[in-house]
Amino acid sequence: MAKVITITSGKGGVGKTTTSAAFATGLAQRGHKTVVIDFDVGLRNLDLIMGVERRVVFDFINVINGDANLNQALIRDKRVDKLYIFPTSQTRDKDALKKDGVLRVMDELRNTFDYIICDSPAGIEHGAITALYHADAAVIVTNPEVSSVRDSDRILGMLASKSRRAERGEAPVEEYLLLTRYSPDRVEKGEMLSISDVQEILSVPLIGVIPESESVLKASNTGTPVILDQDSAAGRAYEDAVARFMGEQREMRFVRAERRGFLRALFGRA
Amino acid sequence: MSILDRLFGRRPRSAAVAKERLQIVLQHERAGRSAPDFLPILQREILAVVGKYLDVTDDMIQVDLEKRGEISMLEINVELDKAKIKPRPPERKVEEGFVRWTAPAG
Repeated sequence: MAKVITITSGKGGVGKTTTSAAFATGLAQRGHKTVVIDFDVGLRNLDLIMGVERRVVFDFINVINGDANLNQALIRDKRVDKLYIFPTSQTRDKDALKKDGVLRVMDELRNTFDYIICDSPAGIEHGAITALYHADAAVIVTNPEVSSVRDSDRILGMLASKSRRAERGEAPVEEYLLLTRYSPDRVEKGEMLSISDVQEILSVPLIGVIPESESVLKASNTGTPVILDQDSAAGRAYEDAVARFMGEQREMRFVRAERRGFLRALFGRA
Repeated sequence: MSILDRLFGRRPRSAAVAKERLQIVLQHERAGRSAPDFLPILQREILAVVGKYLDVTDDMIQVDLEKRGEISMLEINVELDKAKIKPRPPERKVEEGFVRWTAPAG
């Protein structure tokens, strides 16, 4: 029986799809049969981030409506064994994610996969609620910035009240905080909320800190999950986060500013 | 921030400001999350009534429902600004048992 992990945030542009791609790839690399589903109906982008945009024939909505079966819609990744991508549709019909249809598809996936990663859309509307409804675990992607932290708090409230686990009175959804676009340099200057600030405010266990990194844009340019770029700090930080999710103890890396020369420290930015 | 900036206390640290603002707003929003649906309407109606007599704005009134064990407490706080008291109350029929409200002198 699969474990469903929803990648969510409330706010847009914080790195949900990047994180979904990285987590799914990381879990598959560890030998777990994993599928990553795009819940952002209308604004499909997971296919681009995963580099499979030209292989999409059938999508999530086709399967919900019975126009295609799962095997026709699932795209097998060519780089990592046991990794599958389930793209969504570009329909403008916001209510295409029918509750019983999604439930049926999720149940079918639960029987054949070890992990199901749900890439949530931004906002708190139907798509986002549907993505978090099925969660057994949730990764809350947060930027160290006021609006993102506030929206994450809102999503935490929804996980506690609107998830299937909450509805059925089961054990609550496991919650994990993932800080992205973190700049140790700016934190040291007092310009950015620190890891402990965000943790203190949200009180959710920290699963990883992804440093602000040029490699994330480069990875999306080429449709490669950034976790496959193990030369980059972001890629290695994602690898650490997946390891922690699997219960490994790993020290946080890339969270301290690089040492600056004496003159720069004295006069500020050179 | 450079060492010189720190020595002379220039620039407040904006991250500290961000943290404080977040803590305040989230405390309020979390309390509202578990509140029943009628609270915002109740708040608006109370504001409308109070607004007939006093110049109040949205942020001057706060309605909270708090649960402590077996006891539920409805707390209504209206912050008043002395200078903003309306000079004349609106005309309205005086019903039996009601005392006519008079504006304070000055």
